[in-house]
Order: sequence, then C-alpha cells, then structure tokens
Amino acid sequence: MNHPQPVSSSSIAQGLCASGLECIRGDNILFSDLDLAVGPGEILLVNGDNGSGKTSLLRILCGLALPERGRVLWNGAPIEKVRNEFHRALCYIGHLHAIKGELSVAENLRLAAMLGGNRIADTDTVLGRIGLTGMQDRPCAALSAGQRRRVALARLLTGNARLWILDEPFTALDAQGRALIESLLREHAGQGGMAIMTSHHPVALTGTRLRILEL
Amino acid sequence: MKAVTTGQAFRLLLMRDLRIAYRHRAELANPLIFFLILVSLFPLAIGPDPATLGRLAPAVLWVGALLATLLSLDGLFRSDFDDGALEQLLLSPHPAALLTAARILAHWLTTGLPLLLLAPLLALMLHLPQAALPVLLYSLLLGTPTLSLVGAIGIALTVGLRRGGMLLSLLVLPLYIPVLIAATSAVTAAASGLPYAGQLYFLAALLVLSLTLSPLATSAALRISLR
Repeated sequence: MNHPQPVSSSSIAQGLCASGLECIRGDNILFSDLDLAVGPGEILLVNGDNGSGKTSLLRILCGLALPERGRVLWNGAPIEKVRNEFHRALCYIGHLHAIKGELSVAENLRLAAMLGGNRIADTDTVLGRIGLTGMQDRPCAALSAGQRRRVALARLLTGNARLWILDEPFTALDAQGRALIESLLREHAGQGGMAIMTSHHPVALTGTRLRILEL
Repeated sequence: MKAVTTGQAFRLLLMRDLRIAYRHRAELANPLIFFLILVSLFPLAIGPDPATLGRLAPAVLWVGALLATLLSLDGLFRSDFDDGALEQLLLSPHPAALLTAARILAHWLTTGLPLLLLAPLLALMLHLPQAALPVLLYSLLLGTPTLSLVGAIGIALTVGLRRGGMLLSLLVLPLYIPVLIAATSAVTAAASGLPYAGQLYFLAALLVLSLTLSPLATSAALRISLR
C-alpha cells in the first residue's frame, strides 16, 4: 500500500495543483520539477530572492505564461481545458494594477468586477472596507501608489473568486493596509477559499493553513 | 452582486473605451489632423486644375484614410498592455474574442468614423465629381472597419515588442492592399459613370470575413504576446 503520491488526493479533486513545472528565462533555469498544490482553506506563500521566478510562477499558474515543462490542474483538469470555469474562480492581482488613470475609482472598480463576471450593486461598501471611503469620484491618476494598490485589491471583494493569486500584495501599502489584507486573507481562507501569494514583507497569517514554498 | 452576461460586458467595455477616448480628446484628433494635412497638401503640389485633382481624388482620399488608420493603430492595445488591463481581459470568464471585438469597435468609432465624416469636406476640396461622393462614403463605411479589424491582428502580434512600428507596417500593409484597390476602383468607376456595385460587394465580403476571423485571431495573438 505504498503507492507514491505526489500531492494529497484531496487537493487533486479540489483546488489548484501543479506538477513538474519548469521555467526558463534566457539561459537560466529559474526552477524545474516544481510540484505544488493548494486546496480549500489553504494559503501558499511563495518565497524567494529577486529574480528567482516568483512572478513567472504565478503567471504560469494563472495560465498567462506557459511552462517549459509540466502542467497546472484546476479541480483535476488542465487549466487550458477548463479555462472558463477556472477564470471564473480566479482573481489575479499582479505587479500591474490594470487601473486606468483616466477613470474614477468607482468606474475602475465596476469595470474590474465586470471583467471578473460580476456586477457590484454598491461601490461605497466595497470602498469603505478597503479604506477608500469617499473617493469613488476621484480620478485614479490623482491617487497615491498605496491608494492605487488598494483600488486594485478592492477587486478581491467584488467577486466570489475562490482562488486568489497575489503578486506582492503588500507593496506600497502602509501598516494598516497590510493588516487589512492579512485579515481579508484569513477571512477568505476561513470560508474555504485558496490563495497563492508572494511577499517580501513578513506575513502574519496565524490561524490559517499556511504553506511555504521556497524557490 | 449579480452575474454579468457577455453582452453586458461587451457594452461596458465599449463604454469604457469611448469614455477614455473622450477624456483624451487631443490624441483622438491626431489621425484626423494627419488626414487633413496630407489631403490638403495635394492641391498645393499638383495645382488647382479641377480635372486633374478630380481624377486623383479617390486615390488621395483613400491613401490618406489608410495611413491615418495605420498611424492610430498603435494606441489600440498599447495602454492596456502597459498597465496590465490586457492580462485581466484575458483572465476574464467572458470570451476574449468578444472583449477584443469591443475594443476594435471602439477604435473604429473613434478613428474610422471621424475619417468618414471628414471625407466629404476633403472630397469637395479635391473636386471629386458629385456622383462619386456617395460611393466614396460607402467605400469608407465598408473599408475602414476592415482596416481596424485587420490592423488589430498586427498590433496584437507586435504590442509586446519595444519598436514594433516598422514590423507592424510590413505585416499589415499587404493585407490593406485589396481594400485599397477595391475601394479606389469603386470610387473611380462611379466618377466616370461606370457600374461600381461589384467593388462595393467585394469590400463588404472583406468586411464580413475580417469581422468573423479578426477577433479570434486578435485574442489568440494577444495571448501569445503576453507569454
């Protein structure tokens, strides 16, 4: 009864799992033979030095980039086969915020929610939770870096994505903002959501099933 | 929170693009000013003889419209590529081809349509025969959307390159040539009182073809550009 099991069977049925991933940039092998799995209620923290391939890994897991080798499975099926279902369950927030400076905070938020497949009835509540009360009509070009980051992260609240993939979510945020994102992550994991994230800041996620991947 | 249908997403994205274009009105005028300058230089260079100008008018107007469109193409996906909006577009559960189609439609409404509206004035300046004016407008109505649609494929392939301008022209201009030939031939035929329906049908066929294939090809090319 000693069959080798690369990942736990529960995470094959539910959640995101990747096996044998290899990523090459130029002449460098960033990582190879990388296995990972995230199931309901779990948070995966990807650690690594600058240039170790954290962002490349997240882009591969989203399906934006292709790995040299290996595959990524969502609920047991390759992500490119179940693209629609996978994208409905995914919320990816990368280095680039996808925020239009010409549009107001509320317009940006409605648009982001729409692309995620949802319509927000009430932008005020969402902005209140993310700490941008009263800013809905402010053009995003006039916001500070931290405030723009908050607008981008507000997208986490506009949908019911089960899988969050966050690339350095704490960049440009103040201590209060970091605490807010940590509490959102805890709440998300508590409701059976999943998250994969990178961070150079220490993350306080006690009380969650936190896994750490070193690249 | 309610689910958004693909039709609503298409409309919302189109409205977003039009709103952004409206807030950048000065940039919007660039292709129009280019078209105006290019066309108004010809009477100065050729001389005021109405017969010569009238004979050259269809070619001048169409080459002007084609180059103005080519000039405006770079803006089609550039800002979305730079600020990450393109990633979100491709990660949306809505079909990427439809969302790209909304983007292309917005491009046509902000460049092709203004060119069409400016054309009668310039046609007058070039002494285009009265009878040929409606045909010029039909040909622009059928031809400029094709230019936007075909150009979108080229720009989607080159948006990831730092200096894709030259490559874009090389990719796209050969595909523009059938449109140019059919359109100028229709307008020239109408100016000499010959039948022109065939050429317009050909333009319509090209439009339907590019309307069907371009959004699919463009979204696939964008996926490749982001890798």
